[in-house]
Amino acid sequence: MLSVTEHKEIEFSSELVKQFDEIVTRYPQGKQKSALLPVLHLVQAEYGWVSPEAMDKVADYLQIKPIEVYEVATFYTMFFLRPQGKYVLEVCRTGPCCLVGAEKIMAHIEKTLGVKEGEITQDGMFSWRGVECLAACGMAPVLQIGPEYTFYENLTEESVDKLIETLRNKL
Amino acid sequence: MARKLLLENINVPGIHSFDVYRQNGGYRSVEKALKTMTPEAVVEEVKTSGLRGRGGAGFPTGMKWSFLAKPEGRERYLVCNADESEPGTFKDRYLMTHIPHLLIEGMIVASFALGAKTSYIYVRGEMMPQIRILERAIAEAKNAGFLGKNILGSGYDLELYVHPGGGAYICGEETALIESLEGKRGNPRIKPPFPAISGVWACPTVVNNVETIAAVVPIINDGGEGYAQVGIGRSTGTKLISASGNLNKPGVYEIELGLPVEEFIYSDEYCGGIANGKKLKAVVAGGSSVPILPANLILNTINGQPRLMSYESLADGGFQTGSMLGSGGFIAFDEDQCIVRNTWNFSRFYHHESCGQCSPCREGTGWMEKVLHRLEYGHGKMSDIDLLVDVSKKIEGNTICPLGDAAAWPVASAIRHFRDEFEWHVTHPKEALERNYGIANYANPLPKFEEVVGQN
Amino acid sequence: MSDKVKVTIDGITVEVEPGTRILNAARQIGGDIVPPAMCYYSKLEGSGGKCRTCLVKVSKGSEKDPRPMPKLVASCRTGVMDGMEVQNITSPEVIEARKGVVEILLINHPLDCPICDQAGECHLQDLSFEHGVGNSRYEFVRRTFEKIDLGDKIQLHMTRCILCYRCVYVANQITDNRLHGILGRGDASEISTYIEKAIDNDFSGNVIDVCPVGALTDKTFRFKNRVWFTKPVDAHRDCPSCKGKVTLWYKGDEVLRVTGRKDQFGEVEDFICNTCRFETKNTSSWVIEGPRQISKTSVISANHYEYTPLPVIKENKKLIDANKVEFERASKI
Repeated sequence: MLSVTEHKEIEFSSELVKQFDEIVTRYPQGKQKSALLPVLHLVQAEYGWVSPEAMDKVADYLQIKPIEVYEVATFYTMFFLRPQGKYVLEVCRTGPCCLVGAEKIMAHIEKTLGVKEGEITQDGMFSWRGVECLAACGMAPVLQIGPEYTFYENLTEESVDKLIETLRNKL
Repeated sequence: MARKLLLENINVPGIHSFDVYRQNGGYRSVEKALKTMTPEAVVEEVKTSGLRGRGGAGFPTGMKWSFLAKPEGRERYLVCNADESEPGTFKDRYLMTHIPHLLIEGMIVASFALGAKTSYIYVRGEMMPQIRILERAIAEAKNAGFLGKNILGSGYDLELYVHPGGGAYICGEETALIESLEGKRGNPRIKPPFPAISGVWACPTVVNNVETIAAVVPIINDGGEGYAQVGIGRSTGTKLISASGNLNKPGVYEIELGLPVEEFIYSDEYCGGIANGKKLKAVVAGGSSVPILPANLILNTINGQPRLMSYESLADGGFQTGSMLGSGGFIAFDEDQCIVRNTWNFSRFYHHESCGQCSPCREGTGWMEKVLHRLEYGHGKMSDIDLLVDVSKKIEGNTICPLGDAAAWPVASAIRHFRDEFEWHVTHPKEALERNYGIANYANPLPKFEEVVGQN
Repeated sequence: MSDKVKVTIDGITVEVEPGTRILNAARQIGGDIVPPAMCYYSKLEGSGGKCRTCLVKVSKGSEKDPRPMPKLVASCRTGVMDGMEVQNITSPEVIEARKGVVEILLINHPLDCPICDQAGECHLQDLSFEHGVGNSRYEFVRRTFEKIDLGDKIQLHMTRCILCYRCVYVANQITDNRLHGILGRGDASEISTYIEKAIDNDFSGNVIDVCPVGALTDKTFRFKNRVWFTKPVDAHRDCPSCKGKVTLWYKGDEVLRVTGRKDQFGEVEDFICNTCRFETKNTSSWVIEGPRQISKTSVISANHYEYTPLPVIKENKKLIDANKVEFERASKI
């Protein structure tokens, strides 16, 4: 359980709320709770993670109880409940990827970034973690980077180095 | 070249766009269905085709559709299950990436058949690029009058939306998917009631896999009987097979059901053999959930017949010597792979993905993972092997949803067929950390029937 | 002439209302053939199906469709059909599966009964006594959580929880604002409020009564006494917010705790308010009705009350044989 000392109210930008409004129209009247997953994705894309404050605000917007948002956000693994690096490298660690070297790729990423799984590099640029099957076993090993979940396939140590270099130099 | 029903035009440049897709005969089935057929006739056609659910269970689609309750004044929904997360399966991603309009075309025809006015495609959240592709394709189709009000002047209205998941394998189970679509945790519901009676928002609902929906298109175009002529026996039509692991050419292949497994692995038209000139040790034929088979049993059934890629032939011999077609996730293991390690890896997957609602799966998957971890990392005990079999039996069949079975089968089957290798991990713990057990006798010609029974 | 349907459980036939769940039909018969239930609670809508201890075998689906059901089913969530035949304790398959479930429920349970306030009235204790084995085959570190307070009167000791979800249903259905829920997934799931919040609701105390184990306990009773040293007495009072029908638990002439009145299946007859539960502990506030009948299986009833003979099973030969010793004892009394 989080012990929150300071619980700040936040405001969603009007642009974000406009996107929420559109999403809610996809579901029948009174079933706005269905919009919860897409709305949380948008929140995470905006802030980089889903904070308790943001979840409370989402509950407010969808007229549901805050606990209903917490329950959902903690169930689904895509939602970060803590701040992350600017780029989160999510490497598939399930069977088929491991058959063709995903474990080596993860070890290489750990060495290159110098941080353990789940930790953030000092410059705040990167964090990484192993995730379960990304349904791209034919292009294994693979990794993805949110919030658009861009896909990088057939990874080698060299291609990972290049990717990290490119991201580092991106403004 | 074998017949292609879904991926025929996959290599046409620009096929992901509406115009190119349409020029290549796309959306013909919508015209045919909406203008010349009744919804009942479409359902009949799908029944005639013998199409079986492509998501893994293989339940006849036409029958599923005919179970849908049709109470007056209630909405009905069609939800497409694109929460593809079964290890070894990536056909839906391929289909949605390269030929999204095929899915949308299928959704329109299927929704028409079921009388759904709003339909959803539940795409796993990690497939954000595919979500964008589908959203664009939906907009194109709507623009061309194939979605929205009064489609093609037929009086039929349909809205189609994409709903992203949040990262949970369990949402591929249809009732968990429905819960998730309602904005809840992906806990599978206890059946009955079945979704056909009470699904999303308590309305009658059909949930179908992406490939199943896509297959409706050729069925309507060529007629159910035409479709039923492709394939073998009760395994009609074609199937997308996702080939991965140690193969020369991993990827998605459309095969006519009934293709010999040997041809699929070794012919140049398909996987082109095992990578790096190695030998085949084992295969998981239908996604990580189905029993793993050693090379000799995947190529031939216990009766010495060549094993075919079909629902029946892969299941030949039951769980003793057979497996399942499942979702068509074909994972090949070469001689250098460690079955214990892989079993542990799969077991970690199911442990991670268990929703935690019912006790056997919540606690049992973690227990199996821990025991397998111990075996893999050199401090296992001989009794662990029987313990694993026992725990897997306590999970199997006793859970709310099939995830419990899916977690139990890979462990039980790996021990059934590769017991020597597990025992070697116990007797040679140090060696097992440094090298793999190798191919042993797993690719040898099958011994006589009685002897194999004795081994189990 | 009735609309009732006939169902046969372990050879005993009973007529019940259509739509009755198998478990409730078995409860109407009573005795040993009633499947245990850890998560189902008849007064909480939607509960059940999760713990899998009530699994039974349906050997005949119904008169119309006699095919057996392919898998064991959760009796708490499966409706009866006319002519259905069910096997519970007469099916070795069911007994085996139940043993498995009990073993699995216990692998992460701390087994800290000697310091647990629930001991003596814990359903998991009863279940393990009946279906468990002496040793666990689980050799790994057990899951633990920090104890937390849900308000000043309720303690949550998540380590003991079996995730039956009952307390969540209580909060949804009995109180007007649910603040706690199930967070996380799989075996990392936990009951929590996520961010620190005191549960402050007039009926929140009922989560203690519905909790089958010692995960939610009454802080006003914490470590005061073992329940089997206390004497349960039914009492009532005029309460503005609930029916005021409770059980008082005495030690000497001191009321140590107040709970709802639990029936033989451990379910309360009426939910009670927090004022009755936590703040009304003097005898003078209550009208005493008399001693509370506690199920004979409970340690609480040991040496307190008369022996209740086995209520069951006069027709099933298998069961008579299986319970020979009990029958002889009962007939002596």
